[in-house]
Amino acid sequence: MNTEIIGIVAMFLITLGLSIPLGKYIAKVYTGQKTFLDPVFNPIEKLFYKISGIDATKEMNWKQHMFVLLTLNTIWFLLGMIILMCQGWLPLNPDNNPNMTADLAFNTAISFLVNCNLQHYSGETGVTYLSQLFLMFLQFVSAGIGLAAAAVLFNALKERTTEKLGNFYNYFIKSCTRILLPVSVVVAVVLLFNGTPMTFEGKDTITTLQGDTVQVSTGPVAAFTAIKHVGTNGGGFFGTNSSHPLENPNYFTNMVEMIAQMIIPFAMIFALGFYLNRRKLSWMIFSVMTIGFLALTVPTVMAEMNGNPEIEAMGIDTSNGATEGKEVRFGAAASGYWSIATTVISTGSVNSMHDSAMPLSGMNQLLAMMVNCFYGSCGVGLLNFYIFIILAVFISGLMVGRTPEFLGKKIEAREMKIAMIVALFHTLLILVGVALSTGFPEQGASTLNNPGFHGFSEILYEFTSSSANNGSGFEGLGDNNPWWNITTGIVLLLSRFLPIIGPIAIAGILANKKHIPESAGTLKTDTTTFGLMIFSVIAIIAALSFFPALALGPIAEYFSMK
Amino acid sequence: MKKHILSGIKLTAVCLVFFSGIYTLFILGIAQMAPNQGKGEIVEANGKKQYLNIGQSFTDGKYFNSRPSAVAYNAAGSGGSNKGPSNPEYLAEVKQRIDTFLIQNPEIKRSEIPADLVTASGSGLDPNISAQAAKVQVKRITKIRNINEQKLVHLIAENTDKPLLGVFGPEKINVLQLNIALDKIK
Repeated sequence: MNTEIIGIVAMFLITLGLSIPLGKYIAKVYTGQKTFLDPVFNPIEKLFYKISGIDATKEMNWKQHMFVLLTLNTIWFLLGMIILMCQGWLPLNPDNNPNMTADLAFNTAISFLVNCNLQHYSGETGVTYLSQLFLMFLQFVSAGIGLAAAAVLFNALKERTTEKLGNFYNYFIKSCTRILLPVSVVVAVVLLFNGTPMTFEGKDTITTLQGDTVQVSTGPVAAFTAIKHVGTNGGGFFGTNSSHPLENPNYFTNMVEMIAQMIIPFAMIFALGFYLNRRKLSWMIFSVMTIGFLALTVPTVMAEMNGNPEIEAMGIDTSNGATEGKEVRFGAAASGYWSIATTVISTGSVNSMHDSAMPLSGMNQLLAMMVNCFYGSCGVGLLNFYIFIILAVFISGLMVGRTPEFLGKKIEAREMKIAMIVALFHTLLILVGVALSTGFPEQGASTLNNPGFHGFSEILYEFTSSSANNGSGFEGLGDNNPWWNITTGIVLLLSRFLPIIGPIAIAGILANKKHIPESAGTLKTDTTTFGLMIFSVIAIIAALSFFPALALGPIAEYFSMK
Repeated sequence: MKKHILSGIKLTAVCLVFFSGIYTLFILGIAQMAPNQGKGEIVEANGKKQYLNIGQSFTDGKYFNSRPSAVAYNAAGSGGSNKGPSNPEYLAEVKQRIDTFLIQNPEIKRSEIPADLVTASGSGLDPNISAQAAKVQVKRITKIRNINEQKLVHLIAENTDKPLLGVFGPEKINVLQLNIALDKIK
């Protein structure tokens, strides 16, 4: 078989193999059981709590959890604005990069805060090393927030009636120190020994073999790139993210970065099963997500490997695929695979330019973000999926004439209202944003890099990526101006916090309800039938509502090509 | 509420020190044991330092040429073309590149030109080309440098990186490495 195909199959299987033990470990961390890292992290965490004056044993209800979450995020946002707008005056700036403008700082601070990492600047010229380190801090804590929110969900799904759902600080700190940090250290070390730089020196000047003088940007890339993937953040150190040869030097690092970004989203699904002792439920969720993932990946990899028909028509050899925007060391298959992996799990790092991908690949990347819960990002993917579970339970309950229940809790009108608002909100944000940008062509269309249908896809992609907190882009779009900075900044904020608060609210309300023991009349939720039900709900709500928009962009482009 | 805000600020400070400071220093410490102290992989050529992983512009006919780059191999500002696959302006540009290549390499048939040689990479700094992209340049270089064609074919074979462990990913050639070796042939 083709070595490019073997490469991507291996990436998937290795991720799956490693994520099951990691899931077991994560479940232990959240239940407070002993793990082998206790001797290292117990004293460190104690110090954290002591300095901050936090009692990490005090249990909270869902509203208190969300209050702490929002407080922390507000502090980080304000700090981010200050640092980014003053970076030119602060230390660690060997390349003398300037301060950010207010609108760019607004967009960047929010974008990293919400785990999106949409970047309207280029790493080489737009930020200083100090800002990079601060953004790296946000990459840790924003992923930690997502994981902590999922831990609250885990706790709420237990079979009992209570208001108390653990302590948010406890979940948050443990997610950062015991899950994100150790994995990041491993990844960073692997990258270091494969040629990724880790230095605080500024630009280097060299004379090339042909005699040109070239400046080379470096920096503390290895540390940054590790957490960028482990925390499903995706913000690149350099402008072109993981297609840059220092950020992703070879096929091996490409595999490591790919595994690093998918492993925690995979592991969280299994952690849920270990935590609740319902492994079958985990496998049902994993299967539904994987079917969705494969349905998007396979056609994309094929389209990229087949190459651009317009270029093939010029009579040259396109056997190595659609090479525009791709690196030779990764090849078309691994680039196509990455483009779907990064959009389903909401990392948003790229190893090829999505703007230059084939029309149907672009459509699949968009669909991956529109659905936003095939695996999904650190923690939040499961929260999104939970919404679809609630909807599916309700619909199937009505279809067979039983009271809709999930894990022994009755689902009623209030929960359904929240679930529907969350599910439709994503659609609303994307379509309203796209409509505004196309409605005011002096703002939207004037910033495009490509004409026609593809130009429309650029706008659609930008808002979809923002609303899915993904962060990748059709990067041809000239997006560093007040219009894009402010509109996407607002979309980012809304689309991050509502989909966290909504599911946690549902879970919190359900946890407080009377537990109904399982009986013959209970709708089984860990079966294939129910899996199919969820898949249909996702297809109807997420995919179909975007069909008209997709028809105007990638689908029209596909049919317009030879 | 005030207590949470105060705790939050203190917690932020501790996390900043830990994740931005200690984690970074730890990785920086390990970097001192990595090749070239974590400053990127370096090779020497004619006594000058070169970054092995950063692609360079090779447009001179006597060298194996690298791929087109949207940023002219500016290693302080990476970037791709971001041209869509159906963009007529872009397709005209690719056609132009093919025609130029055929003029510079008249012995080569159109159907032998691999796509990577006439399309720009994602980073604009791609250090590699495909083996086929090197092969189609052999005849031109043979003529300009006046060396045996067989020697060049051998050189390409020597400098082709096999897939990882022989099974994962594509074959490729580092253009800089190939050209350094080319310069050494007398």
